[in-house]
This record gives sequence, C-alpha cells and structure tokens, in this order.
Amino acid sequence: MADAVIVVALLLVAASATAAVAARDPVRQALVLSVLGVVLAILFTVLQAPDVALSQLAVGSALTPLLLLLAVHKVRRRGRREGPRR
Amino acid sequence: MSRRFRLWLVAVGGAGLAALFTAAALDLPAFGGDHHPYGDRAVHASLSRHTANVIASVNFDQRAFDTLGEMTILFAAVIGCGALLRQTRDEHRATPEPQEVARPVRRYALLVLPVALLTGLYVIAHGQLSPGGGFQGGVVAATSLHLLYLGADYRALERVRPVALYETGDAVATSAYVVTGLAALIGGSAFLANTLLPYGTFNTLSSGGTVPLLNAAVGMEVACAVVVLLARFLDQAVEIEEGNGT
Amino acid sequence: MGVLPYLVAGWVFLTGCYGLATSRNLIHAVGCLSVCQAGTYVLLLAVGYRHDATAPVFSDLKPGSRPVVDPLVQALTLTDVVVGATVTALLLALVVQISKRHGTVDPDELSELRG
Repeated sequence: MADAVIVVALLLVAASATAAVAARDPVRQALVLSVLGVVLAILFTVLQAPDVALSQLAVGSALTPLLLLLAVHKVRRRGRREGPRR
Repeated sequence: MSRRFRLWLVAVGGAGLAALFTAAALDLPAFGGDHHPYGDRAVHASLSRHTANVIASVNFDQRAFDTLGEMTILFAAVIGCGALLRQTRDEHRATPEPQEVARPVRRYALLVLPVALLTGLYVIAHGQLSPGGGFQGGVVAATSLHLLYLGADYRALERVRPVALYETGDAVATSAYVVTGLAALIGGSAFLANTLLPYGTFNTLSSGGTVPLLNAAVGMEVACAVVVLLARFLDQAVEIEEGNGT
Repeated sequence: MGVLPYLVAGWVFLTGCYGLATSRNLIHAVGCLSVCQAGTYVLLLAVGYRHDATAPVFSDLKPGSRPVVDPLVQALTLTDVVVGATVTALLLALVVQISKRHGTVDPDELSELRG
C-alpha cells in the first residue's frame, strides 16, 4: 500500500518537473513550479521526511514562484517602456 | 557557439550522464533497504543528548559546523541581492497606485496572517521536538508577513517591515550562532560542541543543550533574510523606476 | 520498484539540464535550475528511505520501538531547500541587473551583444 503511494507520488513529481521545463513562458512556469513544490512535499511526506516536506512546502510552493513572478514583473515593465525607443 | 551545436553537445553529454547514472543506480543498495549505518549512529547520538527530533540534532549539534556554512551562504546571498538590487542614481521611486483587491481575498488574507505568523513561530520554537525548526519556521513566518500586501496595501507592509531593522536582525542572528560556538570554545571544548548546557529532560522545550539556542538563531536569520530578499524584489518590481528623479 | 526512485531523480535532473541549455529566457533558466535541485532532493531522500519505517522524530514515539528512516540525508536536504531558495533569489537579482544593463534576458541575444 505504502509502496503504491510512493510510486504514484514519484510519477507525479516526474510529470510536473517535465511540465515545469516545458512551460516556456516564465509566468506559467512559476505556477507549474508551485505545483511541483506541492507534489514534492507530498512525496517527502510519504517518504517519512516531514521536516523536509514542511520546508519544501514553504519554499517551493510560495517563496520561489513569488520571486520568479516579481522578477518577471520587473523585467516586463522595463521592456514595455523601453520597447518603442529601440 | 551556435544553437544547433549546443543542442548536440547537450544531447551527447546528457546521454552519457544518463547511461552512467542508470548504471550507478542499478548498483546502488535497493530502495528501502535496511542498512543505514550513519543514520543509526545519528539516532543513537541524538537520543543520548535528549533531542527528540533527530534531524534538529543532526543540523544543530552533530553537524553544527556545516550549518554555520549554510548560514554563511544565506547571509552572502542576502548581501549580494542587496548590492545588485539597490536603487541606482538614475532611478527614482514612484508611488505605486493602490490596486483593487477583491474584498473576500482581502478579508481572508488579514484573517490568515496572524495564524500563519503564529504557526511559523511555533514551528521555530518546537524545532527540537517535532518536525520543524529554524529553517522551515523562518520561511513560513517571513512569507506570512507578506499577506499584508494582499490584505491591505504596500504602504502598510512597508510600515511593519523596516528593512534596516531586519538587515540588522540577520547580522545579529548570524553572530549569535558564532558566539554560541565560541562559548563552547571558552568552556573548554571544541567549537560548536554541545557541552555547555545541561541536556535537560527528554521531550521538553529546554532539552537538547545548545540545540534550541542555535535553532532560534537560525530561525531568526532565515526569517530576516527572506523578509529582506522579498523587500528588495518588491521594491524593484513595484516602486523603483528608471529615468531621472522627479 | 527497486530502482524507480533513483531513475525518477535522474530524469528530473536531466530534464532540468535540458531546459537550462535550451532556454530562451534567463528567468525560465533559473526556474529550470530549481527543477535540477528538486532532482537532487529526490535522490537524497530515496537513498535514506527504509521500508516500514517511520519519521526520525521521537516526541510521540518510544525510542527503539520502531525502525526509523535515515535522518542524515533528511538534514542535508532540509538545509539545501532553504539555502537553494536564497541562491535562486541571488540569480534572479543578477537577471534583473542584466536586463537593466542590456535590455534583454535572452541568452542568445546577450552573446550577440558581447561578440
């Protein structure tokens, strides 16, 4: 039973990691990465690592996507204003 | 280097790595095996020092010096971000216009904020007993503060978050970790050795010798570091604009 | 089941590498790097797993009553998760700075600018 859960979680991780790389638009990638963060947290929980799951949940599903989105926002805002001048 | 050539290089290198990795994986001890000599010794050492959460014991007692290195990376990353994302001379601050946030979102954010902050602090405080500790709790507490950005506005967030204070907090926490290590040295044993304080009663808040102290120092450093990092990025994304100041 | 977790770790790592090499946007490349990191977490925790064992936390468990999984690799992964996030932040700060200096975040355009 536990094995089946681990296999499912592993396959979910592999699938969402592939999706995160395949999403070429950084905004969409940030959203897929937050899904990957949650799926990784689930995998770590079934692998009996609650400590790591907790930190992965906080970092992977909130902090990293947030930083990515803020960076995208900054770069895009610059691009919009600079665009016509070039 | 052309795109095509680079793709070829990645394909060859990736295939080689994949082949070697698969060969290595087939030779590794099977997943879920019963032979974990280091793990068993770590559990034994942790229990002999009355620390209920073995992972906290590994991080803040048995491998405390390694954690000092991790803290230094964290500290250096914060300094690096501060240097890269500071306001340069040809940039000025624009006042961000308040944007409409749906009322339920606003109310929910304000409702969750204290709960999330308290959870973060709880997770830090009980690091040596239950799953959690400085690293996780620090991130939770710091990100929870930013719910204020959703619940109220950027100005309110800036008021509860004087960045200079958090930068000082970051430095103080890192120093506190080093000072705890030096105290052990003065007490006549090795740097960061857990010999200074009594180990206490198993499974109580004060158990584990210096583990709770180092754990609290790491919690403070991580919380301050994340607040400062997010503040730098928010500043850049929301406030700082190019062009001559008005 | 025996080697599946290791192979998944390798797959995640290599996918991240592929994304890094083919990325047209530096922000996307930083995201791919965090996928690579996720691969290393999976590998470390897979090495430490033990069948029918529980988490190495003894606050509600009598010591010695049940086998526990390897705490050492968990401690390594735990610190790496948090420190990895701050390194991501540092890389993104560099990307923001590059976009300010050169007005683009496409690595190909950047190498044309230099050459």
